[in-house]
Amino acid sequence: MSGEVRLDPYEPRGAGRVLESTAAAVLAILWVLPLLYAVWTAFHPAEFSARFTPDAPLTLENFERAWVAAPFARYFLNSFLLVTLILVSQFTLCTLAAYAFARYDFPGRDLAFMLVLVQLMIMPDVLIVENYRTLSWLGILDSIPAIALPYVASAFGIFLLRQTFKTVPRELDDAARVEGASALQVLFKVYVPLARPVYIAYGLVSVSYHWNNFLWPLIVTNSVESRPLTVGLQVFSSGDQGIDWSVICAATLMTSAPLLLAFLLFQRQFVQSFMRAGIR
Amino acid sequence: MTRFSASVHGWLLLLPALALLALFTHFPAAATLVDSFWSTPRGARGSVFIGLDNYQTMVEDPVFWTSLVNSTWFALGTIPLSIALAILMAVWVNDRIAGRTLVRMAYFTPTILPMIAVANIWLFFYTPQYGLLEQVLGAFGAPSHNWLGSQSTALICVIVVAIWKEAGFFMIFYLAALQQIPPHLAEAAALEGASRWTYFRRVQFPLLMPTTLFVLVNAVIGAFRTIDHVIVMTRGGPDNATSLLLFHLYQVGFSFWDTGYAAAITAVLLAILASLAFSQYFFLERRIHYR
Repeated sequence: MSGEVRLDPYEPRGAGRVLESTAAAVLAILWVLPLLYAVWTAFHPAEFSARFTPDAPLTLENFERAWVAAPFARYFLNSFLLVTLILVSQFTLCTLAAYAFARYDFPGRDLAFMLVLVQLMIMPDVLIVENYRTLSWLGILDSIPAIALPYVASAFGIFLLRQTFKTVPRELDDAARVEGASALQVLFKVYVPLARPVYIAYGLVSVSYHWNNFLWPLIVTNSVESRPLTVGLQVFSSGDQGIDWSVICAATLMTSAPLLLAFLLFQRQFVQSFMRAGIR
Repeated sequence: MTRFSASVHGWLLLLPALALLALFTHFPAAATLVDSFWSTPRGARGSVFIGLDNYQTMVEDPVFWTSLVNSTWFALGTIPLSIALAILMAVWVNDRIAGRTLVRMAYFTPTILPMIAVANIWLFFYTPQYGLLEQVLGAFGAPSHNWLGSQSTALICVIVVAIWKEAGFFMIFYLAALQQIPPHLAEAAALEGASRWTYFRRVQFPLLMPTTLFVLVNAVIGAFRTIDHVIVMTRGGPDNATSLLLFHLYQVGFSFWDTGYAAAITAVLLAILASLAFSQYFFLERRIHYR
């Protein structure tokens, strides 16, 4: 918001402000309660998992037990490879397509754009049966690229970048071309740098989505070598080692930790990115 | 650049994205419709054309109807409440309340956590006897109750998790919209002596309408495609009380491997999503603009 000093007449003051702040804080505590509950359980011995006494001893044992009970290191690596693969391919494909839609005039462009927008409505999440068959026909089931492929050409990304590229002044484009730059050089020297905030926003949204994605990886993967963390966590916590909530909570926190830490550190950036990438 | 070479360049740039979209969106959507008229291949017996038999199976499948009803209740239970909460959160966080950044962070945190992970936490929360919910209620003398294990409460438990996960996500769109309302509107309203509630109802809420439409469409699509928490918490049970449409599709397709019938269910799901998109364009969009 701008720095102008203008008093909002409806800004709560005095007792009203106290009341509103209290109500907001109560809801906020309610909202993080499940997470705090998991933190408590994960960092205390099992006998304190549902007993809240201040003198309960702290321990990291639950994390150790979870870490050795399942190949979490491999799952972390798989998830990392998966989101990196998706991010790099999405950036490449969506940039090229968005550039064509924003700055080229050719027959069939509007029809092609409509065909892209179809994916906003029919997401890969719904077409699981047919996509599974396609990947089995390609012979790449149970691999990390198989999880990534249906999401690589993202209508959302194309749409977002097209809107951004359209705001780049034509004069910049023309000036670069006068200096002899080719179409692709113009794209990478002029358009991409100017769209940096949008790439960051889209990247954050994409990484969080695919780090957290569960149903499709669950269907496609079948081995430790390709399972991402979310599926690994589910296999682990629904396994037959008996329900030990302390260990499950530790594994759950471990799975969420990278995004959670990034969010706590770059809170403003995250909120603004979701805002920017969500408003179309 | 000539017109011809511009066309070639344009299509070449589009090619990789369009090819993948065709392979994983357009082709499967069309193939689903075709497959829904064919039987599931079993062993040596190939797929044969069976007309509307898969749809006949669907009409006679009580679990399909239960799932459709559950999905409707899930949407009706999740969407209005999470939107109302999102607006409330946004209005609060937009004001200069104490601890504003922390409060906003608390509301938004569930959004970035994996649904599968938080579902595990909530599973623990709902556990009979041992879980936090039981302990708190027990302290007030309430009788013990298996929240996820009983047909009357399981769907509500699943709805609560979805509201908790989504309200903070919707909040940020309302927050952005609230910050774009010009301050002179508030000044004018105050001069007219409007109360804060009147200002919200007559000025802020109508101006938030486009945001509400956007959030609504997202929420409805989300309601039909989120089943991670169902898989973790209830596996559709007890007795299909929490089986949502996509969960039923997942079961038919990947537990029973009945791909023909699964294609028919996918077709219905696609029809629901398509009609939602059309109603957005032809009905809601108009009403909001010509208000």
